[in-house]
Amino acid sequence: MAKIINIQPITRIEGHASIHIQLNDQGNVQETKVAFKSLRGFEKFVEGKPAEELPRIVSRICGICPWMHHIASNKAVDACFKVTVPPAGNLLRELMLTISHIEDKLLHFFFLAGADFFMGPECDYSVRNILGLVKANPELAGKVIKMRHKAKMILDRFSKKTIHPIAGVPGGFIKPLSIEDRKTFLDNLTELLDFALFALGYAKKEVFPKFEESYPGLGEITTGFIGMVDNKGALNLYDGNIRLMKPDGSYKEFCPDEYLDHLAEKVVPFSYGKFPYAKSWGEGFSMDLDAPKGIYRSNTLARINVADKLATPRAQAELEEFRDKYGRPAQSTLLYHYARLIEEVYTCERAIEILKDPRIINPKVRTKVEPCAGRGVGCVEAPRGTLIHDYSTDENGLITRVNLIVGTTHNLAPINLSVDRAARDLIKNGIYDDTILNKIEMAVRAYDP
Amino acid sequence: MPIKLAGESLNACSGCEISILDMGDKLLTLLEFVSIVHLPLLMDSKHGVRKNNSQTIKLPKADVGLISGNIKTKENLELACAMRDSCDLIIAFGTCATHGGIPALANSYHNDDILGHCFNTLGTDKVDSFPSDIVPELMDACYALDEHIRVDFSLPGCPPHPDHIFRALQSIEKNESFSLPEKSVCDNCPASRDGKGQVKVLKRALELPQWRVYDDTKEGFECFLEQGFLCMGPVTRDGCGGDTEQARCIMAQMPCRGCYGPVKNGGNQRLAMLNALVSNGIDISSLPETVSMLRFSGGHGFLHPLPGTKESE
Repeated sequence: MAKIINIQPITRIEGHASIHIQLNDQGNVQETKVAFKSLRGFEKFVEGKPAEELPRIVSRICGICPWMHHIASNKAVDACFKVTVPPAGNLLRELMLTISHIEDKLLHFFFLAGADFFMGPECDYSVRNILGLVKANPELAGKVIKMRHKAKMILDRFSKKTIHPIAGVPGGFIKPLSIEDRKTFLDNLTELLDFALFALGYAKKEVFPKFEESYPGLGEITTGFIGMVDNKGALNLYDGNIRLMKPDGSYKEFCPDEYLDHLAEKVVPFSYGKFPYAKSWGEGFSMDLDAPKGIYRSNTLARINVADKLATPRAQAELEEFRDKYGRPAQSTLLYHYARLIEEVYTCERAIEILKDPRIINPKVRTKVEPCAGRGVGCVEAPRGTLIHDYSTDENGLITRVNLIVGTTHNLAPINLSVDRAARDLIKNGIYDDTILNKIEMAVRAYDP
Repeated sequence: MPIKLAGESLNACSGCEISILDMGDKLLTLLEFVSIVHLPLLMDSKHGVRKNNSQTIKLPKADVGLISGNIKTKENLELACAMRDSCDLIIAFGTCATHGGIPALANSYHNDDILGHCFNTLGTDKVDSFPSDIVPELMDACYALDEHIRVDFSLPGCPPHPDHIFRALQSIEKNESFSLPEKSVCDNCPASRDGKGQVKVLKRALELPQWRVYDDTKEGFECFLEQGFLCMGPVTRDGCGGDTEQARCIMAQMPCRGCYGPVKNGGNQRLAMLNALVSNGIDISSLPETVSMLRFSGGHGFLHPLPGTKESE
């Protein structure tokens, strides 16, 4: 009998979303929709505000990745005001962004998505979470909580405020790094790198093998990918060109300022979040599971697919091992988790590299800014993908127009496709249970807790 | 017996929930006396069933309900009411819930303006109609929680400091009273003040206020307002530094923007700030705009669309 299955809300993700699966008379999946239910209107309500205030306002788009919005916003304002940030200011911003990535990946993998793998999707829902993990494996959970806190506290102590930060300012950074702080951070990050390597090793043994055994092809789709790279083709989270890769692995690279030539956004009736697609491929937009059009993905797997390499040694070795096994571009949805832990190693190594850069303790961290008319595109890699802030200002430096493409939104169409794939594969003849429904949610959690 | 805790997030960013996790080791202590029975960000409890677009929300019974976010959709409102029904005590958790928070800046516009703008930005393919299938219907404004349900306790902050979250829950478990002092950020600010300043015009935040080292042991600074920078400290509730630290933005050499909301509930941060500036002889026409003074507290009808404009039918 025809019916609709609602999974509401999707849990252990950031944001507000639900899944609606329409079954036909035979009890098989006819249509699925993943609805994104929040509309706050940042692009409208920041109009008329002084541009220099925006980095302190738009961070509230996301309480999980506020640093990325904060820094993308600072970069957009810098460009509007035509100011060049001194090297130490850029390095400090990149350091904060990188440490924020370190903390986020631990949150995503261990606190949110991990319980599915550590506890199994069959286990009772009431313990399938970080709190259950605390009881089931106190040693691991205790370590994870401690490590995430360590990363968070570097940000907190140095920048004073880490959820909705203030330390990035137009023209640079709020204060220089002292030699003592630099040493403490290096010690902490060395510990975090050790933990990142442990976590990846542990997951390669205990978690990733389960992907093939327990969840073959879960939410698997074939798409293109997006991510930022430096001028040598290596992944860069803070600055660089955007690389947009087709499903066959061919790609085009462009400066973030040119994003409108390559990307467009589609309004769909069941979502307040818009669905970006690759306009420059010239094939339009379609979420037809058998013949998707214009669909590309962002976030960890996308970044390690588009990058030729990772510019740090341990992470590069891990990437090579990954590519030997899964090829490039790797398409399997659950591999997002594998890519996440490779990126965890990369971000720890990169943070150490930044701290060892002699320029980082230079006291000149900020260039004086004067408000003026201009347009600026600020782009960084947020945990969930390429984040674009595009601002225009009037001659007083007040905001006249804002366009935002938020990391998560690149994946809204792919999430719909992956959920559709998982639902069609798992629900047959009207038979489903909580375990199956949780597996369908796992297709979302690969992308977007 | 541990107290049962339920949490829901309405129109918000999840930062308040992340602040719970930012307790670090204290989180493990918290879990000894708090049993979390519902918190969608961290665990798999669902709301219940939805039929023909109307929803029956079923939530587990709890002693305390933490609600973050303001009320912007009909679904937010249904959830807030369901939480009220299922929890003995409701804590408005974070400034969005207590005063509207940043998303309530949208209250300066009609929904049509917001929809028309957000679904017509550069690079968005043209559409004839806005999303309306499955997505929840929008309310006419962002409401603070107490505009729609009874709230037992307010824990402001963007986000609330982990120290306060811990202490609030601990005092409930011990059946003790808990309150945040009704003091302003200025009451606890280490800046030196000369009294009424010479400043007539305010500067924008395009440079940092001066910070100086007095001698080997003491760093310090003059009041940011006396240096000519807008600082919302006088009209903002203190507490963002938690139990042991002073106001966070100020200690980072950045003027306060008001994230803990007005000093007393019901206060209007913009009106109070403009009064303070005027009484100090500052020319308020030198400010580029004043809506931002309500960026954290635009609920309770303090921000609304310009008179004479109206929502289309």
